[in-house]
Amino acid sequence: MKAMHILREFSRRDRVFDFLVKAVPPELDVSHNIILYLEGLNKSFDGFKAINNLNLYIETGELRCIIGPNGAGKSTMMDIITGKTRPDTGQAWFGQRLNLLEMDEPEIAEAGIGRKFQKPTVFENLTVSQNLELAMSQDKRVWPLLVARLNAEQRELIDEVLTIIGLNALAADPAGKLSHGQKQWLEIGMLLMQKPALLLVDEPVAGMTHQEMERTAELLTSLAGKHTVIVVEHDMDFVRSIARKVTVLHQGGVLAEGSMAEVQSNPRVIEVYLGE
Amino acid sequence: MLLMKIIRSDKPGTWLLAILLVVSIVVPVLNLLVPENSAFHLSTYTVTLLGKYLTYALLALSADLVWGYLGILTLGHAAFFALGGYAMGMYLMRQIGERGVYGDPVLPDFMVFLNWQELPWFWYGFDQFWFAALMVMVVPGILAYVFGYLTFRSRVTGVYLSIITQAMTYALMLAFFRNEMGFGGNNGLTDFKDILGFDLRADSTRIALFLASAAALAIGYVLSRIIVSSRLGLASVAIRDAESRSRFCGYRVENIKLWVFVFSAIMAGVAGALYVPQVGIINPGEFSPLNSIELLIWVAIGGRGTLYGAIIGAILVNYAKTYFTAAMPEVWLYALGALFILVTLYLPKGIVGLRSMRREKT
Repeated sequence: MKAMHILREFSRRDRVFDFLVKAVPPELDVSHNIILYLEGLNKSFDGFKAINNLNLYIETGELRCIIGPNGAGKSTMMDIITGKTRPDTGQAWFGQRLNLLEMDEPEIAEAGIGRKFQKPTVFENLTVSQNLELAMSQDKRVWPLLVARLNAEQRELIDEVLTIIGLNALAADPAGKLSHGQKQWLEIGMLLMQKPALLLVDEPVAGMTHQEMERTAELLTSLAGKHTVIVVEHDMDFVRSIARKVTVLHQGGVLAEGSMAEVQSNPRVIEVYLGE
Repeated sequence: MLLMKIIRSDKPGTWLLAILLVVSIVVPVLNLLVPENSAFHLSTYTVTLLGKYLTYALLALSADLVWGYLGILTLGHAAFFALGGYAMGMYLMRQIGERGVYGDPVLPDFMVFLNWQELPWFWYGFDQFWFAALMVMVVPGILAYVFGYLTFRSRVTGVYLSIITQAMTYALMLAFFRNEMGFGGNNGLTDFKDILGFDLRADSTRIALFLASAAALAIGYVLSRIIVSSRLGLASVAIRDAESRSRFCGYRVENIKLWVFVFSAIMAGVAGALYVPQVGIINPGEFSPLNSIELLIWVAIGGRGTLYGAIIGAILVNYAKTYFTAAMPEVWLYALGALFILVTLYLPKGIVGLRSMRREKT
């Protein structure tokens, strides 16, 4: 009797076993117009509190500049967002549904957070267009990669990004031959290939000439709106030229937030940072 | 069609495949058709020697795929070669049958000698060629999978990975030295009689083995070339040059490393399987870490990260080795060391790098 019952249960046509249901990863949900929530984050390294009760909300489509003296926790914050470092306590959500603390680096990258590093790291032995091809959002499992060919649409996307970053003429050159500024732009281009919703840009103008800096400012402001951009930068002139909203970090927490003018007139900010 | 495009875009590789084709036509002709007293006659000894070089070239190719394109400095690649060799050796042992010294129809000589009553379970099936041929690929493949799964996932890289690979091959060597393992202890497997019913000492069998080695090398080369010119190959180079960056690009570094490593191990296993019937013996010495290191020297001398460089390096160095160990045996190791130092200092891209160096000068 019991065996019959199990058999009947097993062969019911309307039944779907849990393991057969494909896990659908939750999608980015920004219906509340906030793309990134960081709440109550704490992280210490050997007793040094790199992040201290950090709360930060980034709106969709915004271009946010984050400034702060050395050791204010800017890089650690980026590391937490991209999954490189895990915080000791706190929450980090991408949209309302994606818990960043439960995802690893490739998952976070696939979900739509792109990061540009302080030091430009491009793949030096590959050409500029190959760099972009690799950065493209695509099926990145082993077999699909082996049989993948560039289709017309992808070629177009690569050309489009090459135009945005202004490296059209150098598409077939190895990335190792680019100048410092060009490498930075290539990195931004690689980020764009991933079609990220959120761009993290770490010190984009470090070591750039004035013209390159202006060009970068244009590039970043043109990206905001379509993407959400977070820029971490030391160079105050540059921040002034692009910023709409600025967050000042100090000792791992938010010291002040607001427009550049507000922040600059904030006495605490002047004390710790601008007045130096 | 795609294949043609890939091959055409790789000029040195095309030359290499063409030379390989010519050699595999000329060698059998010179050996079988030219009379023995003619000056053009190629002795069977030379044919076997060339066949051995080709298996070494396939091994070097497999090492270049992981070292040159993925940056995995493996110091244990000869282990996969030896495992493939052992799988083939087990088949050849079982082919001996009653013709062994002790005349046991099932048990190989060394088992009779050790007073074993029955065949260990892992020797079952090796009387079938298809099974042995499968094991030649499966055993190195599984070892590479398990090893790679554990190490790449825990992000062991650089010199630590090299040390672990070396420890792996050393551990295997010690294990295979033991009689209880059932692989013939330090004598290994030898005294082979025939393969697929053909006498191993016959000229025609030797030629067939030589041709099989040439074919395996050509297929291995084309497959490797397909991999490195695909997007997977681009991703491999990206991982080699900036591993964490490729992670942020969304690549599962450990999976890419794992599967290329497994493919490379399978290729090394096939090379070992072709090597054993030609040299007539496989013993634990093949697992020796020295072999794996020497293998890397072939690749470095030929030119790392080019595929064809590895083949050229393996053949040249082994030819030199044959020559020196006959002419001045005591000099060889010094010559190899000196060659390695010279290449590292003056030819960082190996022998094949000479071409591009000259082009840059003009």
